[in-house]
Formats: sequence, structure tokens, C-alpha cells
Amino acid sequence: MTGPKRSRYRDGARLIAPIGLAAAAFGASFGVLGPTADFDALAAVVMSATTFAGSAQFAVVSTLESGGSVVAAIAAAVLLNARYAPISVSVAPVFRGSPWRRLLESQLIVDESWVVSRRPDGRFDHRILLGAGLVLYVAWVGGTAAGVLVGEAIADPASLGLDAAFPALFLALLVPQLRSRRALAAALLAAGVALVLIPFTPAGIPIIAASAACLLGWRRR
Amino acid sequence: MSAVWLAVIVVGLATMLLKATGPVLLGGRELPSHVNALVVLLAPAVLAALVVTQVVGGDRELVFDARLVGLGAACISIALRAPLLVVVIVAAATTAAVRLAS
Repeated sequence: MTGPKRSRYRDGARLIAPIGLAAAAFGASFGVLGPTADFDALAAVVMSATTFAGSAQFAVVSTLESGGSVVAAIAAAVLLNARYAPISVSVAPVFRGSPWRRLLESQLIVDESWVVSRRPDGRFDHRILLGAGLVLYVAWVGGTAAGVLVGEAIADPASLGLDAAFPALFLALLVPQLRSRRALAAALLAAGVALVLIPFTPAGIPIIAASAACLLGWRRR
Repeated sequence: MSAVWLAVIVVGLATMLLKATGPVLLGGRELPSHVNALVVLLAPAVLAALVVTQVVGGDRELVFDARLVGLGAACISIALRAPLLVVVIVAAATTAAVRLAS
């Protein structure tokens, strides 16, 4: 009875396919940017394969390139990825099996795979998360390798408008989640907090601070 | 070790640990109901923050540029109940068109 099982992984892959193309293009741009920041080709590909989080990787490259210290580069990236602590807690109930298996599978958690695997009741679908995460992983690492090999021949993702593709995806996935008054309040509060903090704090802080808007769900007992 | 490799290794390890936190420490167990009440609101909150930071976020400043027009076009497609793929393409194409024109 592997039929239904397989189709669920495929559902995740199918859901994420359009954004997989954008992820591949962004991965390629990371591979192209590499050489300018003393990243050798191998370092860029290894980073995509181990960190697998675009904004943090670009933060490291741009910090080092602008003469920042290693500590500053690491701090910027860790701040940007700090949101994965609460995100990984939210999906914890659907990860089963040995600790090593859970460790391995958890590496496929990225914003996009997390969001498409959320069901209307607020729980998460394990197979959709893994299916979508795997497509994004292959697209991201493969894109980086292609960028490293082909170099400048690849078009600038900004000229293709790809930097607007991700927020559009997030907005399209956000809207159906706003059915309850509480969810709407949390989203508006989070957007407001992020907007206010962007000019005053390093990247990453606005997102973590905004995620605290989920405390609106706190129940007094 | 070069600065680049130090950053690659430390950031990679830190990110792996952050992503593994929930599944490794709490894997397979149901979250307590009061935590679950927060988790239900985590996705709307994080998504809203990601939209804002990716559309108007700059280097410690708010930047209003072609991305905002692209997101506006995405809003219209979402209101018209366009499929996800169409929303994403409309946003990218509009942003690209604005950049080309300006």
C-alpha cells in the first residue's frame, strides 16, 4: 500500500513546483555572487547544501564583502535563521522515528515547505513538508552549482522580478489563514512590528520580534 | 582556516541545530494545548513579517520600489482567486516590467 503514501509526497512537490523555479534562480545568483566575496566555488555549494536558507547565506556574503568581521557575518546569519527555532517546534508533532531520522528530515524545513504543509486546522502534513522541502533543496543546491559553473551568463534575478515572487507567494498562502479574527489580529500586529523595526534593527530581528504576535493566542488558565 | 570557511561551517551547524530543535527534542509528541494555541498563530505572524521584510526591507531602511507594485498586482490576482502559480508569475512579471520601464 505505497500508493497513497507516494502521492502525498508528490502533492508537496507539485504544490511547491512554481516556487522551486524561483528558488533555483536565486540559488544560481548565490553561486554567481560567490567569487566576489572570496567564496570559492566549493564553499558556495557547501553552504547551500548545509545552511539551505537564502537570506542568511546572502547576509554572510554581503557582510564579508563589505569588510565586516566573521563574527558579524555569523551573527547576521544566525539572527536571520532564529525563526527556525519556533517554526521547528510548531511541526515537531509530525516528525516521528529515530532521533537521527528526525534530525535529517528536519533539514528540509524552510519557510516555503513549512507554509505549504500547513493544513486548515493549523496542524502540519509531514509528507507534504518533506516532498516540498526536497524539491526546494534540489533546486537551491542545484541552482547554486549551476551559478558557480555558468557564472555571469545567468540573468540577474532582480531584473526578472524574482525578488517579488517570494513575498507574493507568502501573501497568497497567508490570506486563506486569516479566517479567524485572532489570526488576522496576529498577522496585522506582526506586519506592524516588522515595519517599525526594519529601520532600527539588524535583519532578522524584525521577523523574530513579529513572530511574538502569536502570543495573542495565550490562554489564561 | 579562512574567514569564509569558518562562516560556512558555523552558520551551517547553527542552522541545522535551529531546524532540528523541535523535531529532535519534541518529535512525535503532541504539543500542550496552550502551546498549540500559540503555534496556530505562528504561521500568520511569521508570514506577515516575511511579506513586509521582503517587500519594503532594505539595509536598515524601508525601501519602496518596484517590489511594492508587484505585490499590489499579486493582491489583485489573489482577490480574483487566481491559482498560486499565476499569483507568483504576475508579481514577478509586474516587478520586472516596472524595472524595465524605469
